[in-house]
Amino acid sequence: MTGAPRTGMASVREWMSENPAWVALIVLALIALALIIGEGLQEFAQRSVNGIVSGSYIALGAIGLTLVYGILKLVNFAQGDMLTFGAYIAFLFDATLDMPLAVALVAGVLATAALGVAQELAMWRPMRAKKAGMLQLLLMALGLAFVLRYVIQFIWGTDPRSLDADVTSSISFLGLNIGETELIVVIISFVVLTAVATMLRVTSLGRQMRALADNFDLAETTGIDTGQVVLKTWLLAGGLAGLAGVLVVAATGSLTPNTGFYLLLPLFAAVVLGGIGNAYGALAGGLVIGLTQEWSTLVVESQWKVAVSFLVLIIVLIVRPQGIFGRERTL
Amino acid sequence: MIELPVAVTFDFLTAWDFWIAVGILAGIYGIFALGLQLNVGYTGVLNFGQAGFMAIGAYAAIIFVVDLGWSYWLALPASALLTIIVGLLIGLPSLRLRADYFAIATIAFSEIVRDVAQNARDLTGGNQGTINLELENDRFFTDPWFSTSDWIQENLLDPIGLSGQEFGDLPLFLVVWVTLGLLALGLHFLVRSPWGRVLRAVREDEDAARALGKNAFSYKLQSLAVAAVLGAISGWFLAFNLESVSQVAFEPLYTFLGFGALVLGGLASFGGVLVGSVLLWTLLEGFRFLDLPLAADKVSALRFIIVGVILILLMAFRPQGIFGKREEMVLGE
Repeated sequence: MTGAPRTGMASVREWMSENPAWVALIVLALIALALIIGEGLQEFAQRSVNGIVSGSYIALGAIGLTLVYGILKLVNFAQGDMLTFGAYIAFLFDATLDMPLAVALVAGVLATAALGVAQELAMWRPMRAKKAGMLQLLLMALGLAFVLRYVIQFIWGTDPRSLDADVTSSISFLGLNIGETELIVVIISFVVLTAVATMLRVTSLGRQMRALADNFDLAETTGIDTGQVVLKTWLLAGGLAGLAGVLVVAATGSLTPNTGFYLLLPLFAAVVLGGIGNAYGALAGGLVIGLTQEWSTLVVESQWKVAVSFLVLIIVLIVRPQGIFGRERTL
Repeated sequence: MIELPVAVTFDFLTAWDFWIAVGILAGIYGIFALGLQLNVGYTGVLNFGQAGFMAIGAYAAIIFVVDLGWSYWLALPASALLTIIVGLLIGLPSLRLRADYFAIATIAFSEIVRDVAQNARDLTGGNQGTINLELENDRFFTDPWFSTSDWIQENLLDPIGLSGQEFGDLPLFLVVWVTLGLLALGLHFLVRSPWGRVLRAVREDEDAARALGKNAFSYKLQSLAVAAVLGAISGWFLAFNLESVSQVAFEPLYTFLGFGALVLGGLASFGGVLVGSVLLWTLLEGFRFLDLPLAADKVSALRFIIVGVILILLMAFRPQGIFGKREEMVLGE
């Protein structure tokens, strides 16, 4: 029992805990390699395309969740239902008022952004003033989720709805298929996600938001108008949730009052995987969740794919609760 | 010809079968919520996976009796033991997490259980996780229960004149509520025992409890295991009450409703759980008697909107619920 092999192991461990992104990448690459060898490149590539589609809207929905979670320490159980809300507003404009889908999309985004601001002013700001505890906020978010979901069900019923988006035409490239709408969804998601991540990095609002996420009280004492920053956070989080909701329905072609709620756990999985409060993390986490869900269909029947993402969530929580890009101290 | 928009009938106030049905649901989900109370109210463990434990209890008991032909005396304790094992397996890695992470992990756990129930057809049989309570040789999972029920009816209820269609489910009501009462009483004393005082210490300040030499993690794990058994017991009664058990009965919605009953009654009070559960289920089921000029899915939506509003208002203005003490509502800084 000389020290050499143990220090070897120890240094590998140290490297792993210091470079979680590389470890995640290596694990994914190994899984990908095994699947390519086992199932063939063509099949694997097609599932990957599908995974990027679902991963892109999961990432978009996860950004708002991660920002609110990071800055306000609020586990927003209503996030999924905000996606649903945005989608139904788009449905209202698209199908009921017979307007173009682009107009409906903008309406869905704006309405959900307004919903974000409204809940901040009516609920979260007063609750912060009362110094409400985490459980109190969590259960309040749960109440809001109920109200949103069932008001939607009250108005529109439980029948599945859809937007006037083309879900049949597809494009073939190198033998891989992607729906035309799906391609547009992926492009919009990536453009918006990159814009948001850049905004968080370079603008002063972005820096203020990150300062709040690091230490809310300290940020306040340094003269940041926290009320304004939080309001803008909700505006952004709401708008992105609305956009994600519309894109989900455009890509999948189906909308029910439960659509967003069923996405809540995959969204949480993306947030936790990427590290809470980290926008790039949500992007990476969303893609990993989307890819693993679709890859799993190569190995198990497709009805298990949601369970696979929950399993990934639990494994990440156990192995590295601060996520790939998160830091130890955010815990 | 003017029709009133809303016709409210008060027949339900005297309809025994209605109150018995509400009482059974309130009792079953009361047992369910006792586990939440122990975890959330007394230990500070945010167990959001209680529906998963209920599912395991119900499915395991049914599979043991129907597929393996075990008697209740073996099947019920075995299913309780199984939920304890699952509770420990879930708790061991995830109870080290921060409370909000644990909440998310446990919802994911309960959804995995539901996915297994839905998709592992060799295990749970039937369509989409709808398990039949019927044995192959024409006996039913509920047979031993029904003979107990008949015995209660003949020996306890018939002599005092409580018989007939309206009182058909009274035996189940009685058994559920006697069980609930005994469990609540037992837990009431348990949390006042030295063991329970450590639980509260863990809830108030885990580091302080640890500094006093108490293994906080082990106490949290024990608390979760007890809640898992309470979930299993509520699952058995659910199976007794239903013609068939389906995975939709274990959606996260039911855990959320359990939390609704919990905070309605108030944290850190087992009596509060009973009251909260009765209030919640009277509200949810009472809507059937409101003759609203609305489609069924709208009426169903309306009652959950009200639950949501109550939850928001409670958290805003009276987070301690009806019976809870404000100073015991200290979760999470």
